[in-house]
Amino acid sequence: MSLLSQSLWVLLLGSLLGLELIGKVPPTLHTPLMSGANAISGITVLASLTLIQHAGDHTPLLVLGALSLGFALYNVIGGFLVTDRMLAMFRRKADSR
Amino acid sequence: MTFSMDFFAGAIDLAAVLLLALGIKGLSKVRSARGANGLAALAMGLAVLGLLIEIRPDPIAWLWIAAGTAAGGLAGLLTARRVPMTAMPETVALFNGCGGMASLLVAIGVALFDAGDADIVALVSIAVSVFVGAITFSGSIVAMAKLQGWLDTPGWTQSRLRHGVNISLAVLCLVAAVLLPGDPGGLPLWLLVGGSTLLGIGVTLPIGGADMPVVISLLNSYSGVAAAAAGFVVGSQLLIVAGAMVGAAGLILTQVMCTAMNRSLVSVLFGGALGASGGAVGGGGSEAGYTRITSCSAEECAMALEQAERVVFVPGYGLAVAQAQHSLRELAKLLEAHGVEVSYAIHPVAGRMPGHMNVLLAEADVPYEQLLEMDLVNPEFPRTDVVIVLGANDVVNPQAKNDPTSPLYGMPVLEVDQARQVFVVKRSLGAGYAGINNALFEMPQTAMVFGDAKAVLNGLLTELRSLGVGKAKVAA
Repeated sequence: MSLLSQSLWVLLLGSLLGLELIGKVPPTLHTPLMSGANAISGITVLASLTLIQHAGDHTPLLVLGALSLGFALYNVIGGFLVTDRMLAMFRRKADSR
Repeated sequence: MTFSMDFFAGAIDLAAVLLLALGIKGLSKVRSARGANGLAALAMGLAVLGLLIEIRPDPIAWLWIAAGTAAGGLAGLLTARRVPMTAMPETVALFNGCGGMASLLVAIGVALFDAGDADIVALVSIAVSVFVGAITFSGSIVAMAKLQGWLDTPGWTQSRLRHGVNISLAVLCLVAAVLLPGDPGGLPLWLLVGGSTLLGIGVTLPIGGADMPVVISLLNSYSGVAAAAAGFVVGSQLLIVAGAMVGAAGLILTQVMCTAMNRSLVSVLFGGALGASGGAVGGGGSEAGYTRITSCSAEECAMALEQAERVVFVPGYGLAVAQAQHSLRELAKLLEAHGVEVSYAIHPVAGRMPGHMNVLLAEADVPYEQLLEMDLVNPEFPRTDVVIVLGANDVVNPQAKNDPTSPLYGMPVLEVDQARQVFVVKRSLGAGYAGINNALFEMPQTAMVFGDAKAVLNGLLTELRSLGVGKAKVAA
């Protein structure tokens, strides 16, 4: 039970932190911010990895875990790279000034 | 030894959470954004490293981890490299859907094969994870298909019946979720998977394409919730905190998007598509309703430009679709060389999602200070000689200001009708997203230049050069 209450505290504090993180966003950054936040939501990779480890030699579970890892990593890697591509274009201009 | 290793893993987790928070925070400032994105990526890497140290996968697990990593990583790399900047909204939707799918698969896996020692908390978490994960997945895929133009907003989805259908689906999901702990791998699980998937489709399908950015942002928030739920399923505090953070930040971001588009979340989610009510979907190139249209050639437009002292470009969706941002930049350079004062008026929702046009123009190397936001540029229109509207429609419709019966009424628009002369570059007289006529097109100072934005811009370039504008450029 203590693990549950601890987890709920973590949930609560994490949510409060998240609410505070984003304030006023300049319009230029709306699209990159959305794609960056989206990349972070791929943090589910952690669950996929845990599932794979937990599966032992149970093949169906290993397959599901690997599939889920693939989907999550697609989200993470694609998301971060594409965000970087967008932001790099803003950076280039700032430097040339 | 084990103690110190666990301690080490715990420290890495803490560092990951801290960096993740700093990353999200930094992403909302122009100067720090790129670094912050890298920081968040580093945090993600640390989190994975910390977990791998903690669980110490055996060789079989490593094999499957490698397989999943190779497939997902490579696909992500290729997509991120290849996708054009114009297709950014649907790409984000696709990525987001995959994140939801990942949470869904984890929950299904645990429910089917690993629920033996699951307590009630884990079982409830499985239900939540399946529900949110499936909605995120199907909703995101529908959003992507709409943005790609693969899916329309069918008229029948606009009837009030849809609320009844969606409520029934939600009730079905609730019943299945309540029954699930009694029989984790059985029928309730599949009812929940099916019901949530359909609910995701049922909620997203009636929403018009113009509102999709809000939907994607909301679904992004959901995928954070799905991740946090998956954290409860596998018992990972790091996942819970990161998921909660993204979920909450996503809600704020959704609010920011709504404000930028002057829409309320409730009207986006339950109001149906703008102008598509009652089964009569607008748009689709109907030319009915316009009586006083003046059209002109690129040549006439070029002559007006050559005489102008101050020109404002209003880029919109049509410019993004035609990939004409580079031609536009070239035309602007030519005019600047001729001594014309050039700027770009950026409506908050210009392009295909808030801030999208800024990205596209940045790609074409347009100087940042020439991009004027709506509040800054509106007072400038009365002293502007020529406005060229490139594939924008609803965001320049004066009805939003002066026709209380218009569905657009109240939406902040660019007041281009105040300028001396307006050229509207458009492929046809088809309606915009809102599906209504644009009073601007019939005003005496407005002329239509029909054609694809890129073709028209290149035509203007040729005409201007033959008029002797920017001689040095011609010699080059």
